[in-house]
Amino acid sequence: MASRTPFYILVSLLFLAGTALTLHRHIAFDIPWFPGEQRQTWSIEAKVDFEADGNPVTARLAIPNTQPGFTQLNQQTASPGYGLSFVERESGTYAEWSIREATGNQSLYYKVDMLVDPFAIPDEQVVIPSAKPNVEKEPYATAAQMILDRAIERSSSNYTLARELIHEFNNQQQTAELLAQVKPRTAWISQLLQEAGVPARRIHALELEDGRRRQSLIEYIQVFEGEEYDIFNPETGEQGQAENMLLWQYHSGPVLEVIGATNAQVSFSMISQEQPFNIALNQKFADNEWLNFSLYTLPLEEQAIFKGILLIPVGVLIVVLMRILVGIKTSGTFMPVLIAMAFIQTSLLTGLIGFLLIVGVGLMIRSYLSYLNLLLVARISAVIIMVIGMIAIFSIIAYKFGLTEGMKITFFPMIILAWTIERMSILWEEEGAKQVMIQGGGSLLVAILAYMAMNLDWVRHLTFNFMGIQFILMGLTLVAGSYTGYRLLELKRFKPLTKLDKS
Amino acid sequence: MSEPAVKMNWFQTMRERYAHPGALSKIGVLGMNRRNVSYISRYNPRHLFPLVDDKLQTKELALEAGVKVPDLIGVISEQHAVKELSQILQRCSSGFCIKPAHGSGGKGIMVITRQSEEGYRKSNGQFATISDLERHVSNILAGLFSLGGRADVAIIEDLIHFDDCFSGFSYEGVPDTRVIVFRGFPVMAMMRLSTADSNGKANLHQGAVGVGLDIGDGHALRAVQFDKPILLHPDTGLNMMTLKVPHWEEVLTLAVSCYEMSGLGYLGTDIVLDRFKGPMLLELNARPGLTIQIANGKGLLPRLRQIESLSHKRRMSVADRVAYAREHFTDHR
Repeated sequence: MASRTPFYILVSLLFLAGTALTLHRHIAFDIPWFPGEQRQTWSIEAKVDFEADGNPVTARLAIPNTQPGFTQLNQQTASPGYGLSFVERESGTYAEWSIREATGNQSLYYKVDMLVDPFAIPDEQVVIPSAKPNVEKEPYATAAQMILDRAIERSSSNYTLARELIHEFNNQQQTAELLAQVKPRTAWISQLLQEAGVPARRIHALELEDGRRRQSLIEYIQVFEGEEYDIFNPETGEQGQAENMLLWQYHSGPVLEVIGATNAQVSFSMISQEQPFNIALNQKFADNEWLNFSLYTLPLEEQAIFKGILLIPVGVLIVVLMRILVGIKTSGTFMPVLIAMAFIQTSLLTGLIGFLLIVGVGLMIRSYLSYLNLLLVARISAVIIMVIGMIAIFSIIAYKFGLTEGMKITFFPMIILAWTIERMSILWEEEGAKQVMIQGGGSLLVAILAYMAMNLDWVRHLTFNFMGIQFILMGLTLVAGSYTGYRLLELKRFKPLTKLDKS
Repeated sequence: MSEPAVKMNWFQTMRERYAHPGALSKIGVLGMNRRNVSYISRYNPRHLFPLVDDKLQTKELALEAGVKVPDLIGVISEQHAVKELSQILQRCSSGFCIKPAHGSGGKGIMVITRQSEEGYRKSNGQFATISDLERHVSNILAGLFSLGGRADVAIIEDLIHFDDCFSGFSYEGVPDTRVIVFRGFPVMAMMRLSTADSNGKANLHQGAVGVGLDIGDGHALRAVQFDKPILLHPDTGLNMMTLKVPHWEEVLTLAVSCYEMSGLGYLGTDIVLDRFKGPMLLELNARPGLTIQIANGKGLLPRLRQIESLSHKRRMSVADRVAYAREHFTDHR
């Protein structure tokens, strides 16, 4: 007897790989075990207002990208009459509106959906700003230097320097007021940090709160320590990014630029939404990343196809179990799976009626064909044409009677139906109607079971989202393939033998 | 209160209808899965299957090995040759049978007992015309009776004049003896007798009677129809227990020599007794069914394991193996 060890190793490898892959997807991609789980998304609307006076206008609004904590799902704009394009610049991504001529109050809208996503993968690497020396006039240069020197004395690292700098601005009120005459505090802080050799910049963030309207961006200081960064509140010196803080502009550029108009301003409103996770994921993975081996990167249509394809192993496993463990006879090994696939398209009842109708009428016509004494290939071809004809006729009849459900009969695989009819018919001639009932009933029973398994939302969810499940199904199939025990129906068949033993 | 009672009832019916797996394995009943995994795929090399699946090849093989088979009258392998059927049939004076080379389970076998002016007399007494026969041959060639609908050839064989000792035991059809040969040892045997239920066919699931035979001397052990034990033949009323296969030693020797000839370790041999020529090989089966266990009232596994445990080094002759089996696998000691 050949050693079974390699087999068991293979099977356990399959199970291990399957479980590991599944767990990995659950943990690394935050894909839930059950369908229908919700994910929070924020819909944020930016409204740009300005007064135009008949000149050509260009308005540029910085827009956020996927960043740690948030994944950008989709964006849309409403700006009748304006040309729009999204431009990538060194200082971030911008929505750029343009119009030849505009007069009066103008409002432009930009809406973005952000998914709250602890596993967000930012589109771009964070660019560490380079230090730009800036020569200031006296007395501001001396005042600023004083504050900086004091802060350097009291600090030990980039982050502590930033914190102490903000504290100094708060402590030395007079100096701070003096400096504020030239430029805002955040500008001073980031400039001083840069002078001290600490990469830093001003960023604009939005505090997310459900249902807020007419919000404006808040300025923060982003301080880098090597590749890492942290965010500081320039007023309080508070360190860290709050969970509800969305960075809107974080490339040291302007938030809004309007050329050719006056009184430009931008305000924000936002709402929080719960979205089914698969819609959220769909949008998240719509941007292709080859590293992320997920079906969500495929176009929606292909996704739908794969949803069906990945279910087939489940149906096949049902057939394997029913045949090996139970011992049900089916006509055509995997015909039940194909019928089950058709049931998924048609819904069970319609599918059953349609199937019985076609096979029943098909058998009647086929019994006439057997009198014609045809060659096999020609006879099967005739059956196929007959099946197509029947499907067409039933569809038309159903439609005439207003039964749109009946139209779904076209989902049945016609070649398979033709073979089924042919096999059943031969079975009928050779072994009688009883065998036809047994095998046909067995096939239908297995098909219904496969349908029920494949139609479970949970099963669909698992097979589509976790590739690892396929490995586990493969392992189960292999294990079933080496099962040498009795089948359920054999227990019944060999029952007389046990009685004999006792007597 | 009634619910537990219902449950108990359900449980009891299950116990009455279904055997406990442990009870079956205690008797050593061979199940389909174990047969496939542990015996067929282990002892029957795949490349030898065509030898037994094609009756024409089996026949040639048997003739080479000197195993007795029914005489071959003719072979029709092309559709256009179907017209030559009547010419071929003139070669034999009396009965013949037409069968597909790749048929399974007795499908597509047509037995003509007598040719006369009226036509061809079928085993059930009806008469067929030459065009009926031609259509049958055409169906065979088209693959109607072969596995997977493959194109096939039709074989025309001399009719077997089955031994009178079975008259009354079989209704219409030819009674044949199935011997399971495992690694060259006959391990279990049964006789299949056609009935009115089975339409003269010797297929057990169609209603033929299976009679378990003692490997020791070929007498009937018990008889079953539709997997249920019976005592009398359902059509003729004869006591099945009086059945005893003559030329038993020859039957076993013939079965065992099929092992050498085919190379298949787990083999079903179908043997008929001809009145004039003695035991003849009808066909071989590389996937013999399991009903033989019900007919014998015994499981196959103990015997298969006994053969497996035999030393491989000592090669036994055909006669030795028959003797070994007759000594060990019998109820009479």
